[in-house]
Amino acid sequence: MWMFEIPPFVPFFIGAVVILFTRGILRSAIMIAIPVVGAIHLWMVPDGLSFQLSFLDYQLMPYRVDKLSLMFGYVFHIAAFIAIVYSLHIRDTMQQVAAMLYAGSALGAVFAGDLLTLFVFWELLAFTSVFLIWARRTERSYAAGMRYLIIQVLSGVILLAGALFYGAENGSLEFGKIGLEGMAGWLIFIAFGIKCAFPILHNWLTDAYPEATVTGTVFLSAFTTKVAVYALARGYPGTELLVYIGAAMTCFPIFFAVIENDLRRVLAYSLINQVGFMVVGIGIGTALAINGAIAHAFNDVIFKGLLFMSMGAVLHMTGRINGSDLGGLYKTMPKTTVLCIVGAASISAFPLFSGFVSKSMVMSAALENGFDWIWLMLLFASAGVFHHAGIKIPYFAFFAHDSGIRASDPPANMLIAMLIAACLCIGIGVYPSVLYALLPYDTGYNPYDATHVLAQTQLLFFSALAFVWLNLKGMYPPELRSVVLDADWLYRRMFPTVFQNLFSVIHKADNGLRRAFLVRLEKRLDNLAVRHERLSGLLSRNHPVGSMVMWVAVILATYLFLSFFR
Amino acid sequence: MLAHLPVLQVLLPLMAAPLCLFLRRPYLVWIFTLIVSGLAFLISISLLQQVMVSGTLVYEMGGWSGPWGIEYRIDKLSAFLLLIITAMSTVILLAAQTSIQKEIPENRQIYFYILYLFSFTGMLGIVSTGDVFNVFVFLEISSLSAYALIALGKDRRALWAAYQYLIMGTIGATFILIGIGLMYQMTGTLNMDDLARRLPEVAQTRTVFAAFAFFIVGVCLKLALFPLHLWLPNAYAYAPSIVTAFLAATATKVAVYLLIRFTFSVFDLSFSFTALPLQTLFVILGLIGIFVASTAAIYQKNVKHLFAYSSIAQVGYMIVGYSIGTTMGLMATLLHLFNHALMKSALFLALGAVMYRIGSVQLSSFHGLGRQMPFTMAAIVAGGLSLIGVPLTVGFVSKWYLVLAAIENGWWPVAVLILLGSLLAIIYVWRIVEVAYFKEPVAGTDGVREAPMALLMPVWLLVGANIYFGVDTRFSVDMAQAAARSLFGVSP
Repeated sequence: MWMFEIPPFVPFFIGAVVILFTRGILRSAIMIAIPVVGAIHLWMVPDGLSFQLSFLDYQLMPYRVDKLSLMFGYVFHIAAFIAIVYSLHIRDTMQQVAAMLYAGSALGAVFAGDLLTLFVFWELLAFTSVFLIWARRTERSYAAGMRYLIIQVLSGVILLAGALFYGAENGSLEFGKIGLEGMAGWLIFIAFGIKCAFPILHNWLTDAYPEATVTGTVFLSAFTTKVAVYALARGYPGTELLVYIGAAMTCFPIFFAVIENDLRRVLAYSLINQVGFMVVGIGIGTALAINGAIAHAFNDVIFKGLLFMSMGAVLHMTGRINGSDLGGLYKTMPKTTVLCIVGAASISAFPLFSGFVSKSMVMSAALENGFDWIWLMLLFASAGVFHHAGIKIPYFAFFAHDSGIRASDPPANMLIAMLIAACLCIGIGVYPSVLYALLPYDTGYNPYDATHVLAQTQLLFFSALAFVWLNLKGMYPPELRSVVLDADWLYRRMFPTVFQNLFSVIHKADNGLRRAFLVRLEKRLDNLAVRHERLSGLLSRNHPVGSMVMWVAVILATYLFLSFFR
Repeated sequence: MLAHLPVLQVLLPLMAAPLCLFLRRPYLVWIFTLIVSGLAFLISISLLQQVMVSGTLVYEMGGWSGPWGIEYRIDKLSAFLLLIITAMSTVILLAAQTSIQKEIPENRQIYFYILYLFSFTGMLGIVSTGDVFNVFVFLEISSLSAYALIALGKDRRALWAAYQYLIMGTIGATFILIGIGLMYQMTGTLNMDDLARRLPEVAQTRTVFAAFAFFIVGVCLKLALFPLHLWLPNAYAYAPSIVTAFLAATATKVAVYLLIRFTFSVFDLSFSFTALPLQTLFVILGLIGIFVASTAAIYQKNVKHLFAYSSIAQVGYMIVGYSIGTTMGLMATLLHLFNHALMKSALFLALGAVMYRIGSVQLSSFHGLGRQMPFTMAAIVAGGLSLIGVPLTVGFVSKWYLVLAAIENGWWPVAVLILLGSLLAIIYVWRIVEVAYFKEPVAGTDGVREAPMALLMPVWLLVGANIYFGVDTRFSVDMAQAAARSLFGVSP
């Protein structure tokens, strides 16, 4: 008899408590065992299981299993396993416990069958993950973590408000398709949108992720946004607005990723870009598109994890992460280099790598449903991904000019974790049918037909060709190499400088605007604080009895006046 | 015997108080007081059962039946309040002896228990009696003893705070007496039931309006509704910890009871809500109270002050629920009455434990306490979470019903403001957490240890209740619902 009723988050929460009281090898063993046991447990759980209880006037379903949640359940276990292996060398109880609780909360959220349970785990996700940022123990990470926490909690509060409205409107809190009707729909949409890093709401992600610890970022990249993608896929499939939001998400981060120097921040921007593909898929809402979005989420967890791990390894070994400080590391970190390139190839959607088999589903779905312009935007975004994640990351870190750093490959556990992720990337790329079998819909889609492979290969090879040729001719501007490649492939090579300038102008203008806004805001707040200080002094100072009695008289007079002269 | 329970409930502590003088040793007096309070608790359970089974209990003093004789009436609302008061008093008394050892000199400890019993009697009397003059008498008994209890605080400012409270409380009580007097003048009766029958005949006279206005202002003073709350923070902050916990858990609740009793049972509901624009006034004052008091709480440097301001904000929530004026709203208020008693008693008792070990509840002395007194601090965090309204705590349950009641009535902005108010609670609770867990202990406090079991046990009993009633809401919700329905005259 197997205890199916145990929800998947339970082993992680128990594990978190147990590792508090263990040390050394035993703790490592337990940490590795938990995702493995959890995954086996989840594998046995039958589809369609649910568990109900009543709370206040509502039927709650804290545990519900269906194909959609199972898919995310599997990949979260894989991600947790890889990230735990990657972080085995860490001796930091706070980080390890937080990571366990965080992974457990993500599992709790995707198996939540009602909005209230979802809210609880939604907030837990925020409260547990912030410790992964604070664990870096620097002033910057504390501030970034605080900003992250405020935004995440705000998202939770909006979700709760939305859930209350939803309960009042529908008399039920079940988490199914919500749609954008009414106040409830919009509130919940905004709550999901914040966690999903919708444009303008995205700053927390690029702000906080690069400030987390080496291993913390790997955990962070796997769970928070994917839970949001899951929630959108469950609540808002086929909402057309999502197509445009998603398309914007795929495009705008490219401009920032180009200019960014911190390589982990580049990856954070490319995380938004990848989530954009998923959001587009959910917005289109056909069986193929949803499948594509979910499959892409699955793959993204793994290859984005791989990229964050490889950059983490660089940071861990060299203590630097800015593109301009690195370079030439391939000589002494050959294994990391190869593994990073596998991740880069996956995210760039090379055929035979995992990104290809899922991204092409979303693109095909966009074309099939008449979203031609969106398709073009996605195409532009794909090229953009290739240049900033596929080329910029490995090129700046491992090749380019020799920075003189002679760091060796990272510890074995880090390499093993990256190796597992890399194998999964290639494995899924070569045998996509394994992944497709897990998807909620059966569409009989085959990624390896002539058009897809040709189109994608063309895209990639022209980029590569341009890159190589420009490099050989020495026409490649040294500071902003990657922009040229992007612009070049799309707009011929005549315009690179124009775009370069345009981007930096946009960036400058954007920066300036933001700064101006921030300064203004800060002034306002300062002003408010000063006034507030006075106000609070007024509120909490000791009052003489006379003034108290005066208030009594005032209130009595008001009451009498109101009742006499109605 | 069973038939006399309504009056025994009040007589028991009243008689017990002078007896304490004969026992002489503080320890024995403590045991005796605890037993009396425990017995009162048992009586209140029995009364609650009787009320639930056979409806309102009427006890005629000396066999003289109503409007001539004095009546004690226990209905669902009174029974619910009696249960809250006696239960809180019993749990708080468990910690009393340990806590006052450090805060009250030994030669005054016996007086502390006597005063405590008198205050307890007064509150029980207010809730059980069916006679409006009796209400005033018991109000004075409970208030006078409360002033003296506050003055027992070891801080010298306690005397001054008690004096301020004395003046304000007396004004409040006088206003209530004026209200009662004017009512008597118009109707010639002091019996609540009889008043309810006779008042409508003279309802449109200025005297009755004045009576109502005086009464409402008096009660608002007692329950510390903004802007009549100014006496409360200092009274709570400088009183001995046990007194703070007891008053915070019960005194404002009794005032809310008086408000509900008079506006629903004595004055007609239609009169109460039309004589004044009471709904609008209360909802505005309640909401301003929530925001002003919560904001003030953020800036406090003394943790007792901080939670005292938070109490004022919580009263705001109760008044908002009350002023919605529907069964659902009243139910939310009653539920919050119960839940707030649980939260604040847990928090103030935990502060008592801090006071016991450190001798101060300044925020600056909380540095690093998370490590030195882990169980006490965990209790404060749990109580704080409940105050914020995190799910699985009682705070969530009452906020939930309050928001539902506001939404049901179509008061969207009020619902939003209530939720925003909890955001402020996050800030002031976080300030304590930050200091206790993320700051290094101050030099010279290495010897600070966890509080003794005698303090920890009642604290955790209350924290447990906070969580238990946050998950299993059947008892509290059913009781609040039944009481609210009976007040609106809806048969259950």
